[in-house]
Amino acid sequence: MSTQDLRFTQSHEWLKMEGAEALIGLTDYAQGELGDIVFVELPAVGTHVDAGDVLTTVESVKSVSEIYAPVAGEVMDVNVALDDNPDLINSAPYAEGWMVRLRVDDASSVDSLMTADDYEEHTKG
Amino acid sequence: MSGMTRGLKTALYEKHVRAGAKIVDFVGYAMPMEYTGIIDEHRRVRSTIGMFDVSHMGEFYLSGGGALGDLERITTNRVSALDEGRVQYSAMCYENGGFIDDLLVYRLPDSYMLVVNAGNKQKDLEWVGSHIGSRTELRDASDETALIALQGPLAEKALAKVAGESAASLGYYQSVASKVAGREALVSRTGYTGEDGFEVYIEPDAAGPVWDAFMEAGAEFEIEPVGLGCRDTLRLEMGYALYGNDIDEKRTPVESGLMWITKLKKGDFIGRDAILELKQDGPKESLIGFELKERGVPRHGHRILSEGREVGVVTSGTFSPSLEKGIGMGYVARGTDGPLEIEIRNRTIPAVVVPLPFYRNGTVRSR
Repeated sequence: MSTQDLRFTQSHEWLKMEGAEALIGLTDYAQGELGDIVFVELPAVGTHVDAGDVLTTVESVKSVSEIYAPVAGEVMDVNVALDDNPDLINSAPYAEGWMVRLRVDDASSVDSLMTADDYEEHTKG
Repeated sequence: MSGMTRGLKTALYEKHVRAGAKIVDFVGYAMPMEYTGIIDEHRRVRSTIGMFDVSHMGEFYLSGGGALGDLERITTNRVSALDEGRVQYSAMCYENGGFIDDLLVYRLPDSYMLVVNAGNKQKDLEWVGSHIGSRTELRDASDETALIALQGPLAEKALAKVAGESAASLGYYQSVASKVAGREALVSRTGYTGEDGFEVYIEPDAAGPVWDAFMEAGAEFEIEPVGLGCRDTLRLEMGYALYGNDIDEKRTPVESGLMWITKLKKGDFIGRDAILELKQDGPKESLIGFELKERGVPRHGHRILSEGREVGVVTSGTFSPSLEKGIGMGYVARGTDGPLEIEIRNRTIPAVVVPLPFYRNGTVRSR
């Protein structure tokens, strides 16, 4: 799928704006690095996070990785399908593998995130 | 995230890269962690055949009239019980009973071969070298030896197509010199996965051709190359100790469940007195297996609690692909009973002690 309408962070989260809310997940590159994901610890709905706060924790067979909030906002929803099928992050990182829906505090904060092209450059490094 | 490794390379390194393996540094070696995914590879070994490159392991040869007596003093198991062609799991301990390493001892026609952990090669070589007499010769063949492990319930069928009958019909923990794909090899029916399988020792020059021959012979059984990632999940499901995690210089056979390879009645050996004393007094801690009752993945270093009080530390932990739950091993204070909790970051997950091995359907002793 196209990732052109997504924004990215250096720490390998993606964000997709839908009105005032943003879907957040882990990039394809990052899921490939982590390997088979077996457990995702999701935040409680209603939690407020600042940019850079730990949003979720993702456990793969071999390691654990923290996923950070790309921007500040309130957790409106989490992808409960990941409880039973955490491997959706491996198989469909930009679709069924989304993790959190965030109501973004300040829409302009998204502008500072990387574009798809920037991110591609970033992961080549 | 993984970075570049500039480590030592096995003879099969280029094959791993071409196959798209994720390469990691393992005790100085650039080794394949996984090819398609740890869980897939784990299931491949449990269901048909997986093939590992474990050429990083160390191989030493001891020969001469003093070899048997010296090995009997250096290792904990009874070397004199080894008939020619047999293989034995054993350990080397310090005088205080702490593990130097765990190892395999092969009795070959004219020598003994010791197979040791890659990360302990230098330490082991120095230890063995300084504890043998003038009638024993020690040779480090690690750099002239490649090692391929063919593991899984159908491993025998693939091996039989490229090796002699003497190799394919080996009994458990037996070895034989055999041609494999036309190359000189030492084959043993051994492994570290809980499945039936073979380990094949060859010259590095033969590693590529033998690897390719196994891939071809195993194609009809859906053989796949598999990495160190699933090697760890497979061995942990069997409760096999990993040096550096579950056993180390601070642990002895008494608390780590390895008295079955420690023969106190065989006569004197290095570490015997300390081990005997500890056995009589009873160890303060012992190695147990546990499984999580809720979702989570225990890891090396996590604290083990009982009624909120720390009683031990996780030495190995993972997500078990076969049981589909978090499993682990760790040392807990003697007398620890009842439910446990594992402290995973900011949470405590309920756990219960279970007998080892975790996985009981392996084909390892089917021969």
